Formats: sequence, structure tokens, C-alpha cells
Amino acid sequence: MQEINEKYEPLIVAFCCNWCSYAGADLAGSSRLSYPANVKIIRVPCSCRVNPMFILKAFQRGADGVILCGCHPGDCHYTTGNYYARRRMTMLFDMLDYLGIERERTRVEWVSAAEGNRFAAVMNDFAAKINELGENKRLEDLRCKN
Amino acid sequence: MQRIGVFVCWCGNNIAATVDVERVSEILSHEYGVVYSTNYQFMCSENGQQLIKTAIKEHNLTGIVVCSCSPRMHEATFRKTAEAAGLNPYMVEIANIREHCSWIHKDREEATAKAVILGRTAIAKLLLNTPLTAGEVGVTKRALVIGGGIAGIQTALDIAEAGYEVDIVEQRATIGGRMAQLDKTFPTLDCSACILTPKMVDCAQSEKIDILAYSEVEEVKGFVGNFTVKIRRKARYVDETKCTGCGACMNACPSKKGLNEFNMNLNTRPAIYIPFAQAIPNVAVIDPEQCLKLKTGKCGLCQRKCEVGAIDYTMQDTFIERNYGAIVVATGFRISDLKYFNEYGYADNKDVITSLELERLMNAAGPTGGTLLRPSDKKHPKVITFIQCVGSRDISGCGKPYCSKICCMYTAKHAMLIREKYPDTEVHVFYIDIRTPGKNYDEFYRRAVEQYGVDYIKGMVGKVYANGDKLMVQGSDLLNNEQITIESDLVVLAAAIEPEPSVRRIATMLSASIDTNNFLTEAHAKLRPVESPTAGVYLSGMCQGPKDIPETVSQASACAAKVIGLLAKDKLKSNPCVSHSDEMMCNGCGTCANVCPYGAITYIDKEFRLGGGKTETRRVASVNEAVCQGCGACTVACPSGAMDLKGFANKQIMAEVESICKR
Repeated sequence: MQEINEKYEPLIVAFCCNWCSYAGADLAGSSRLSYPANVKIIRVPCSCRVNPMFILKAFQRGADGVILCGCHPGDCHYTTGNYYARRRMTMLFDMLDYLGIERERTRVEWVSAAEGNRFAAVMNDFAAKINELGENKRLEDLRCKN
Repeated sequence: MQRIGVFVCWCGNNIAATVDVERVSEILSHEYGVVYSTNYQFMCSENGQQLIKTAIKEHNLTGIVVCSCSPRMHEATFRKTAEAAGLNPYMVEIANIREHCSWIHKDREEATAKAVILGRTAIAKLLLNTPLTAGEVGVTKRALVIGGGIAGIQTALDIAEAGYEVDIVEQRATIGGRMAQLDKTFPTLDCSACILTPKMVDCAQSEKIDILAYSEVEEVKGFVGNFTVKIRRKARYVDETKCTGCGACMNACPSKKGLNEFNMNLNTRPAIYIPFAQAIPNVAVIDPEQCLKLKTGKCGLCQRKCEVGAIDYTMQDTFIERNYGAIVVATGFRISDLKYFNEYGYADNKDVITSLELERLMNAAGPTGGTLLRPSDKKHPKVITFIQCVGSRDISGCGKPYCSKICCMYTAKHAMLIREKYPDTEVHVFYIDIRTPGKNYDEFYRRAVEQYGVDYIKGMVGKVYANGDKLMVQGSDLLNNEQITIESDLVVLAAAIEPEPSVRRIATMLSASIDTNNFLTEAHAKLRPVESPTAGVYLSGMCQGPKDIPETVSQASACAAKVIGLLAKDKLKSNPCVSHSDEMMCNGCGTCANVCPYGAITYIDKEFRLGGGKTETRRVASVNEAVCQGCGACTVACPSGAMDLKGFANKQIMAEVESICKR
């Protein structure tokens, strides 16, 4: 931990489904609920659109944490998408664990379109956790560093 | 090579106060592919949109990135702007620098840096966008209603009223459904048949409605606007076009042991029968299980009696195929099985009956001609005990976890009717809670208690057992904190209702989703309550959840409105952001079709040229773009990476990830 220089800013990629979580993030914005600027959101139609490859790619390119947000179970716009996402992520997280990536660096959270405060709280909590963990070096491909 | 234009919006001060918009547009102007970059106070305003249009034309832009508010707000606006300037509307990307940036960050440096990254990410995605066009499909202007109860009838009548053709497919020999079996209806106590049968007649007389009774849906192919449905017309052994419904055959039939389903098996009927007097179509049907001619080949009395020669013992099931634009599921409900509730003695005692059986016992057209008599000894019951929530709100796993919704009201109705007709009868009701929301409903219940002196006991019943010709109902009275036993003559169970079991088969055929209780799922619990998540499939009545008659009729009419809205269109525009399969990579494994919640993926055999004049035929996935809703589940499931989602392609999302992670 001491090695981390003062300028270290964690990089967090958040995948948000268009119907619930992205709208929840919008609500967090319109409610002026702040969360760290190093959280960057990618909009996907459904949490089930997130290919585990995207998450591996993020880690390879130096992301320190990846979070996937979808509709609450039973509320998926596409009926069952978030269940698929949950199963896939369970498998992926097991594999990441095996690879030595800390469990806390990845997360699946359900955030509805009405939960702006929850979105902000989740992001704050996740960012704080990643800050604690520090830089992710395990999967990072140094060739990708400029 | 793309020519991208970047438009950074100030949103007045909403963005400009925390984000240095000038700097953002300056930095983004140096990005790869960007040929023009500017900023303006309000991009969504008339002037802002004009600025975009002019820039598209002047700089020959092939795509635009608008750094502004959420795409959920103005993506549609800017797509229209782009289209007006001759650009494909899907060559527009939005960087959300308001909700996701300026509004949540206070530090100007930090917010500006994030805005630049978000803009860059949008550019990275746009570089991989391809122009998309919404497909168009025609609409067959005919609807299918599955189920001929009050829900199906009302939906069909409303659709026919608007001028479209409707077919009602009903598995029983007549339409009318459960409502036809009821005696009186709450809270007005008007006779059920008096309000239902005119509607049934309207259906029969409407030129637009074709009633296919005694029929079942066998197979459904196609998609919204273009369904092809195979319907099995079960053999009636009576020619519908010839039978006049005179009833001579019924009197002639020597086999009279068939249980009368319409009367909840409380009495018997001949092997050839008309389900009830006002049946539509008013045509006899032969029960092949009971008919001597069909079973042994000896009899044929009814054929000899039939003056019009309608009876044909050789009749077979036939199949018809018809095209529809929309399908309405109105399969209704039944009383759930009470086999797990032996404590109430339903199986062992004839005088323990369900509420629907009581309806028939009180109905003037019922087995007792409307006089309330015990099924066992045909005596007048003097003490009647009702037990509510039998199998409803049961979390033990034996019953249903949901509230059946209608029981509180119909029990109050039964209690009231009995007290009115037979004032010397004592009526007790065991209840857990009384639930009477609805117009004039609580007033109705209070009348049962206050005016008609029905004895309501809060508590559950533990056991019902016979003692001589009496039934002992043992239960707890929670308000007086005591155990009580009521000596009763008749016990009526408000058994839980459940969806008609055939709905599972139908849901599978339609790829309509169903919940753990076998109720069909609506597209949105609050905002799209009459549509199924599958486009072109609509839900009417009890198949979607417990409802009383007024609610069922409201939903049925709402459902009709949605169907009419669909049938009124000549062409349907589909969302172009759908999956597509790369046939060269697809190996036809079938994984994608398994995860598709819409049944949009089918497999086709396709011939591929191998060169040298050789060809090979392979099974490959084919996505029906009119059915696909663009969730992307298949793209991740595909093991060979052949599936991709237009507008959210693998490459595009990868590019976004890379762009964000670039430090």
C-alpha cells in the first residue's frame, strides 16, 4: 500500500442497463448526489449484454474495479436478462478469484430507476473499497500503458 | 473514414458552470476522426439543432457526438435532427456530461477531465457505428382471442366494434366461461346470466366475430403482426351447421351417467348434451367417454331422433390454419385442487363444498332449481359455515402464496343471499382478514354484517369432521381468544383460484413468460399491464392475475384498445438495434435460441459455396428482427461469437472500455 503514489486515482468502469440502472444514475445526477469522478458509466441495453470479455478487457487495460448494475430481480425490462447476468458473473467472479483478482474489485448491484440515492451510495461504497485495495496490477497488460 | 462532428452543450449553466465546455470542445477537436467541434448554450433548442444541421451539411459529417444531457432525455431529439440533415439517425452518439458529470462533481478540473473522457468514449463508439434502418413488416388485420369467458368475450366485442375481424377459440363446447356458472354478482347482486348472455349473443351475431368453440390452439408460428395459428377443432360428433339445439337427442340418450361439468359435477347429464340452456353456439356435443354408440357401436338413438340429421359418429378432429396480427390470451381460471387440505374434509364429506359449487346450488338453472339443499340428503341446511382463504395466502407450499382477491366479496354475497332467502339459517364466516377495496365493496360487506346479521369470526379453522349428519367445524376465535366448535349442516370453502392449467402450454407456444404461480407476466407491472413482454401478445382477465368481473372487463377493454392500436397500423417499424448472426461463424448449436426470452431465433438450413463448385448445407441461427427486442442475451451466450447486437456491438463496447481505461 505504501508504494501507491499520492496521485493514484482508481479507475472504475460501471456497466449500467438502459432501463433501470442508467436511469438510476440519471436520477442520482438530477438529485445532485455526488460520487467519485473516476466512476465512468457505459450504457448497455440490459445487464445480460455484458460479456465477461468486456470485464476482462477492462482489467487488462488497467481498470481497478468493474461494477455491473441491472434491474432488480423480477423487474428486468427483458424479463430474464438480469438472471442471465447474475449467473454469468458468478462464474466470472469465481474465475477472477482463481486468477488472484480480489473479489471486491468486481460487483453486481441491482439499482432501479427510482433509486438515485442507492446508485450514488453504491458507487461511493465501491469506490472507497477500490481505493483501499489500491492499484490493480494482476491482469494489467503493461503493453497497454502509454 | 468517418467525418465526425462534436457538439458540446452548455445547458445554460447546468453544464457550463462545472465543465469548461470551451476546453472540452477544443480537446475533442483533436481526436481521431473529428473534423468539426463546437459548443453552444442550448443544443436542443431550435437554434442549437439548426447549428447541428448546418454543420452536418457544411462539413459533410458522417456522424455526430453530442455532449449534453442523458440520452434518455434527448437522444431521440438529436436523432431526428441528424435525420433532417440527411444523416442516418443511428450515426448519433450522446456523451452524458450533465447527469453523469456536471451535476455530481463540484471540482471544475475534475469534471472537465471526466467530460473529455466521456466525449472521447462516445467518439470511440461512433467510429464503429454503422447506419441502421428500421425494418418494416405488414400487419394481418385479424385478432385471435384464446378463451371465451367474459374477458375473451369483452375483448372480442370491442375489437369487432372497431371493425376488425376476431376469432374466439374456446376449449369447451360453449363460450361464457366461469361467469356463466355464477348465480348473482357482487356488489349489485344482479343475475350473472342476465348480464352475460346478451354479450354472448352479441358475439354470435357479430359479423366480425367467428366463434371456434370446442377447439384448441395447436401451434403458433410467426411474430407480431404476422402470426400463423393452427387450431384443432375437436370432434363434436354433431354438425354445428345443422344442429338447431332442439334437445331431442338429449331426451333420447339412454346413457345419463356423465357428470355435469357445468354444474360442478353435482348432477349428471346425458352423453349427448348442450352444456346449458343459453350456450353459444347452441349446439349439442357428444361425450365420447359416455356415448354407447362410440364405445360399443350399439345404440344410435340420438341419430334416429335428430330431425335435421346433424349427428355424425364418424366425425374426426380437424385442423384449420389462420393468420392473425395479434393474439389475446384470456384463458381464465379454475378452482385449485384441495388435495393438500384434508383438514377441511372436502374429499370425505359431500356437504363440504366449494363456493363455485354453492353458486350452482343457488342458481335457478342449477341441479336443485335454485333451492339450497345439502348435496348428501337434500335437506335444507340450517347452519352454514364459510371458511375463507382455503389455500390462498398460504406460504406452507400446499396452497397459493397470493390472495385470490374475489373470495371476501363472494363469501359476503353468498352469506347475504342465504340470509335473505332463508332468514332462519345461521351463517358463520371464518376469516383471516377481510379485503374489500373497490367501489361499493366495503359498504356491501358491512351490509352483510350489520343488516343481514352474518356472524364473522376472525380466526382459522383447524379441522372439519363429521358427527352423525352434522359437520363439526373446529376453529379459533382470535378476537375472543377462545377455541370454538360450530355444529354445521353445510361447510363452504372459499378455495384459492389458479390459472387454467392449459395456459402453460399456450404460454410456451407464444413464448409469453409465466410466473411461478402460472399467471402470465405483463410487459410492465404498472405501465403495460395488458401486454405480454412478447410483442403482439396481449393478456386479458384472470390469466394475468386474480380479478373480479369489473376489473376483468376493464382489462379486457384495455386489451382490445391495444390490439386495435396494433391492427390500425399498416406497417410496423421495428427497432433496428437487434441481434444478428454471422452465418459464416454460426455453427447452429442452439445456445442462443435457449436464452432468447422472445423466441426470436430460429434455425434455417443454408447453403454455402465452398468454391470449386462445391456447396455445403449447414444449420445456422436466423434472428427475426421484428420479434427481437435487442436485449443482447444471445450475444454473450453464443460460444462462437457469431451473435452480435446492432448499435451495441461487441466491438463498440470494447472500444468504449478501452477509451475509458486509457490513462
